[in-house]
Amino acid sequence: MPNYDPVYYSRMLTELTLAFHIIFATIGVGVPVMITLAELIGIKRNDPYYTLLARRWARGFVITVAIGVVTGTAIGLQLSLLWPNFMKIAGQAIALPLFLETFAFFIEAIFLGIYLYTWERFKPMIHLMLLIPVVLGSSASALFITTVNAFMNTPQGFSLENGIITNVKPILAIFNPAMPTKVAHVLSSAYMTCAFILAAIAAYSLLKNKSKVNELYAKKALKLTVTAGLAFAITTAAIGDLSGKFLAQYQPEKLAAAEWHFETSSKAPLVLGGILTENNEVKYALEIPYALSILAGGLPDAQVKGLNDFPEELRPPLYVHYFFDTMVAIGMFVIFVAMIYLWYSRKKNMKPYPKWLLNTVVFCGPLSMLGIQAGWFYAEVGRQPWILRGYMKVAEAATSSQQVDTMLLLFCILYLILALTAVKVLTRLFKNNKVTDELSALGIVGKGELQ
Amino acid sequence: MTMELLGVTVLWTFLYGYLIVASIDFGAGFFSYYSAVTNKKHVIHKIIERYLSPVWEVTNVFLIFFYIGMVGFFPETARYYGTALLVPGSIAIILLALRGSYYAFSTYGAKDNKWYMLLYGGTGLLIPAALSTVLAISEGGIITENGERIEVDWTAFFGSLYSWSVILLALVSVLYISAMFLSYYAHRANDQPAFEIVRRYALFWSGPTILSSLFVFYAISQQNPQHFLGMLDVGWMFLASFLCFVISVYSVWRRRRLGLSFLFVLLQFAFAFFGYGRAHLPYILYPYISIHENFTNQTMGTALVVAFIAGLLILVPSLILLLRLFLFDADYVQGKYAKKG
Repeated sequence: MPNYDPVYYSRMLTELTLAFHIIFATIGVGVPVMITLAELIGIKRNDPYYTLLARRWARGFVITVAIGVVTGTAIGLQLSLLWPNFMKIAGQAIALPLFLETFAFFIEAIFLGIYLYTWERFKPMIHLMLLIPVVLGSSASALFITTVNAFMNTPQGFSLENGIITNVKPILAIFNPAMPTKVAHVLSSAYMTCAFILAAIAAYSLLKNKSKVNELYAKKALKLTVTAGLAFAITTAAIGDLSGKFLAQYQPEKLAAAEWHFETSSKAPLVLGGILTENNEVKYALEIPYALSILAGGLPDAQVKGLNDFPEELRPPLYVHYFFDTMVAIGMFVIFVAMIYLWYSRKKNMKPYPKWLLNTVVFCGPLSMLGIQAGWFYAEVGRQPWILRGYMKVAEAATSSQQVDTMLLLFCILYLILALTAVKVLTRLFKNNKVTDELSALGIVGKGELQ
Repeated sequence: MTMELLGVTVLWTFLYGYLIVASIDFGAGFFSYYSAVTNKKHVIHKIIERYLSPVWEVTNVFLIFFYIGMVGFFPETARYYGTALLVPGSIAIILLALRGSYYAFSTYGAKDNKWYMLLYGGTGLLIPAALSTVLAISEGGIITENGERIEVDWTAFFGSLYSWSVILLALVSVLYISAMFLSYYAHRANDQPAFEIVRRYALFWSGPTILSSLFVFYAISQQNPQHFLGMLDVGWMFLASFLCFVISVYSVWRRRRLGLSFLFVLLQFAFAFFGYGRAHLPYILYPYISIHENFTNQTMGTALVVAFIAGLLILVPSLILLLRLFLFDADYVQGKYAKKG
């Protein structure tokens, strides 16, 4: 066993909490957008199927929001508990977006409460309007908190000398170079992931319940979610390309580590997969010529900085390559699947979709979430050893407390319990309320049609 | 008013807001569980659920708001409290997490699951105890600083009379505030049987509340004489608080003017809380952090105040809308809207 090291355990605990939180945070940002779309279509086309869709999504959404809120509280407080020296600086330089984030969250919480309990009290259009502050609030809180993370990658707007912060410019700190691409990528990937998760549910229900009424309902859900998913996925990929160009300019060591790019060169190839030998040679990888230069500089002969230009102690770990590849591969794969689906659904004869296609769509939901995780691991591990790039190393920021290992264990147990109960509760929630029963209870379809 | 005083007043006001809404929430959770165990659930559970469901998420935000504001206005607090509070802070987080999620699980998911209700109701009493440790620590003598290392002397903490008096007060006042609120709410809903039960809770917990307040007074004179003298200087605030207490309990006892009665509960705690806070100034952590020496840089201070005012312009109308829809709408309170969703 290694000696007790608070820095190591603090990193583990932060990773654990963030990885768990990001699942629910992503759902919290993306699902309100999808609920809005469904309700809007329901009203426009006067189609109660879409309205029911919005209702059922909202019902499950509450459960996930609860976990998102409590794990968000956890990460918020843990920042001070585990990284007190970092928070002291963050408090001086970047408190503004943190503060604004709580406002956005406040608005979201208030209007979500109102939305959920006023289905019968307002006209559909007014009820729909209540979702606007929910969507704005959840996306704005993602924006502000991502701004803080962007600041950690490209800090600016202050000077630090001998641990004392001076010359703070809050607005400059917010609009740091990493902020635009980071925020855009986080938002669009969250929308995309939620669309595919909801698509997976619809595809699953289409596979399981073959009654006519359910088929009609699930097909509408599938079409809406996959179409939205494709649009968001393409946007995400386009912003991902911009992020590559940002990295090449501001954090070249992160991009180089992701691509195992050691020697600075032009016409650099993109490395897919493979393994790295002890002498830093890449083996069994697929190389796409010029692609890295295009990703980094937009031109096939753009120069890309290599890892050898950086002192060894300032290089990120090289295993981030796998995270990067996972993220990109998943993004490409879901775009591909969504296109095949659309091609099928445009065929005039409305035959049931082939089983393999539905199964693949089911697969795309969890896969997208995995993509989010891989992307965040890449972004976060890729800026090691810094907590504030160029200013403060992770080791200088951690607590000196002696109990972090025990806390890590406690939180492991907590998240395990929460995850298991959430799965149990959500499954039961939808098993006990069948679509067909609800459709007839709401008077949308008659008893005779349900056979 | 100087910027740092404004900052700390804003934060203290939000902490007061959290104290009230969280007390209602924590106490209601406990009563809800208690009523299920004593087979009275059918009488009061509906009233509790009708109020809590739309607002539970907002409660949590008050706490986060206070915490972020604290780190923003007084960054030094992150270093001291952050290092010192790892264990009690983590325990509080775990309790809050269990409580928040099991509330949602039992309300929206698996109804009538006694285990979920126990987790939700039980944690409601442990959280105030865990959070109130911060108040005890802020009086000094618990956190020590040796060079770069900041350490907590837990023997001093558990050996201090003041720590126990604060925990005790937190526990009983949660039950008191909540029962007083539920009395008002049940009365508005014209739900006589529920009202009779929660009224009994309210009257029962009023005694321990005032006794433990006196106990805190005594304990603080032992722990931090300087703070105690400061409290004597604003002694009229504590007298006013006591007066409000008498009025509110009297009207609940007479079953009259329940709305006014709850208003006096709010005033009772406002006087005591702000009197306590005012006397504690200029220290946030005695004697290490004071609001004058450890205020954030001027630029960030200004930016935060501007953001705060802009935020309030959106927040206050939204909160009013929420209250109008679920607290002051007689039809909703009486359960006249079919609840489907």
